[in-house]
Amino acid sequence: MANSEKAKTSSAGFLKNLVRNQCFIPVAALLLLAVFNLIADPSFFKITLGYNSAGNPVLSGFIIDIINNGSELAILAIGMTLVTAASGGQDISVGAAIAIAGSVILRVLCGGNARPETLQAPIIVAFLVACVVAMLFGAFNGILVAYFKIQPMIATLILYTAGRSIAAWINNNELPVISDPKFAYFGGFIPGIPIPTPCFIAIACMIVIGIVLKVTNLRLYTQAVGINQSSSKLNGLNPELIKVLAFVILGLCVAVAGLIKVSRVSSINYSVIAKDIEMDAILAVALGGNALSGGKFNMAASIIGAFVIQCLTTTLYKFGVSSTALPAYKAVVVILLVVVSAPTVREYFDKITKKMKLSKEVA
Amino acid sequence: MAKTDKNNASAGKGLGVKLAGMTDTNLLLTITIAVFFLLYIGAMIFLGSGFLKPQTFFNILNANAALIILASGMSLVMITGGIDISVGGVTALVSMCCAVYLDYKGGNVFMAVIIALAIGLAFGAFQGFLVAYLDIQPFIVTLAGMFFARGMTTIVNTSPFNVENEAFVALKMTRVNVPGMGSVNKLGKYVNAYVEIGVLVALLVVIVMFVMLRWMKLGRNFYAVGGNKQSALMLGINVKRTKFLSHLICGLLAGIGGFVYFLHVGSGSPSHASGAEMDAIASSIIGGTMLTGGVGNVLGTFFGVLSLSTIQNIVSSVGFDEAWWTGITKAVMLCLFLVVQSVVMSVRKKRNSAG
Repeated sequence: MANSEKAKTSSAGFLKNLVRNQCFIPVAALLLLAVFNLIADPSFFKITLGYNSAGNPVLSGFIIDIINNGSELAILAIGMTLVTAASGGQDISVGAAIAIAGSVILRVLCGGNARPETLQAPIIVAFLVACVVAMLFGAFNGILVAYFKIQPMIATLILYTAGRSIAAWINNNELPVISDPKFAYFGGFIPGIPIPTPCFIAIACMIVIGIVLKVTNLRLYTQAVGINQSSSKLNGLNPELIKVLAFVILGLCVAVAGLIKVSRVSSINYSVIAKDIEMDAILAVALGGNALSGGKFNMAASIIGAFVIQCLTTTLYKFGVSSTALPAYKAVVVILLVVVSAPTVREYFDKITKKMKLSKEVA
Repeated sequence: MAKTDKNNASAGKGLGVKLAGMTDTNLLLTITIAVFFLLYIGAMIFLGSGFLKPQTFFNILNANAALIILASGMSLVMITGGIDISVGGVTALVSMCCAVYLDYKGGNVFMAVIIALAIGLAFGAFQGFLVAYLDIQPFIVTLAGMFFARGMTTIVNTSPFNVENEAFVALKMTRVNVPGMGSVNKLGKYVNAYVEIGVLVALLVVIVMFVMLRWMKLGRNFYAVGGNKQSALMLGINVKRTKFLSHLICGLLAGIGGFVYFLHVGSGSPSHASGAEMDAIASSIIGGTMLTGGVGNVLGTFFGVLSLSTIQNIVSSVGFDEAWWTGITKAVMLCLFLVVQSVVMSVRKKRNSAG
């Protein structure tokens, strides 16, 4: 980190840089939650090695839960960050799109029969078909946003309204159940490996996006389009294409998250699967300190933001908050976070600290 | 849709010139009203029976009175350049709180109305403060508002229940006959068409909002702030206060809408009005309000709600009864309107810059 050099010169400068760093807010929130849990109940951090019903070793504990259940959110946060940065808006259809992707996977695996004895197609084929479908829907959103100049939230409202209906329609409103244990590996455990598979999938996604951002010009182009579309056009970029690309990448993330989601239960419930996940994904981006109006972005901060939200969810569950009342507590935390990080509030505090310094010097 | 296509085609001829001379708000309003009448008349001609009865139309009003009120508030916020997605949650919270108050405490209806308004105003004031004075994105603030309202609803009471308060039930069953409208029922008896109290409230809200937005200084301020914040500031408009007021009024209307919704369904439930915020946004857009701000009309929103539910009625009476068709038709309609709006606006922009 660039911070370390300055840290040698002065500790105050280091602190200032640390606070300025975009990762500061999500990391601080994560630490805050961790400390809170440590004080409230240290058993939060206990990880035990047990055996599941199939006799495989599995790790369990709240930390594992957070990492496991936060995987989909982290994967979605990757795509959502790109969409936010490029288009200056958010995709609210990801939950519905996950339902579609999951439905497609089950449809291909079952081949029209709701309770197949054996899989009708290899899992990889089903996944690839779901990828193509999800990317097509992503492209649909992207085209509406980029070429028809419709605000992203409104353009994706279309798929948000229709998505779950389309998902039900793909499977004729039946609820297919997959009995093959191999399918459950993606959302559960691979025999012999005690760490939940979604973690590996999420880490793989992070590595891929990390490499893509490092090797290609995706980061530069996306930010250029997000900061000023017309000047990026004057510089020879194709802003429309980059916006569509961001939505297509989000589509890919949606397909991966959809695979994990349906694999967790080996089935699907169209109205419940990935419900409200779009809100969590947007919150993850906002928590990461990324401007929701587009422009510069910090991918790592978004991913940490996703885990902060999952940590908050798990903590609340642990304290016996029912799943329906959960949003109320989440809302309070979100409001506190956005108020603290609001520029006007920060300026206000800066003024106060400056005044205090001045009065000290005078004294 | 046919009409808008024709309008595009005949641009440059008589009608086209007239349309080109309209303001953005009026043009989109014209399209919406035309589409609604085309839809309804089309349904009358091709589907007949049900749609010929006046009561069918008034039933659409009865079922959507709350949505009309919510969407009016939503339009106001959208005209000012913001968005409020907490209205559905506030509706659920209001109906649950009123239901608990009326049923368990045996309270009177008047106090229930006060509770409804207070909840709406509280949400509007808090969200408005955060959006206007702390400069936080309205989407995030009202998203949290929605979460909070939905969560609070289940904290107040987890299970749905019907309200049996006598005064309330009497008010709920009150029907206002529409003079001169009616139809002969199966027994050969003439039945007068009726509307519920909520519809009268909704119409009043639409009229008040329309008058305010068209002729009052405050109303014009909303358009100015939504159209261009910088120039509104230079004109000496208090931008922050205007934004705050838009959210405050939207919150108040969410409270009123919540009570009207409660009056229509007569029960409290955490799942009430789920997705109402999206319906309100969709109606506003179909009614010609643009999310970029500065363009919109409450009258259009009114017709937007009617168009949306008319098409739903058409779809279900044609025989697509499965639940998923509702979602898909709504989405298709929204998509068509968005694309038409986008095309119309870009054509006008080009013509304006050329001429």
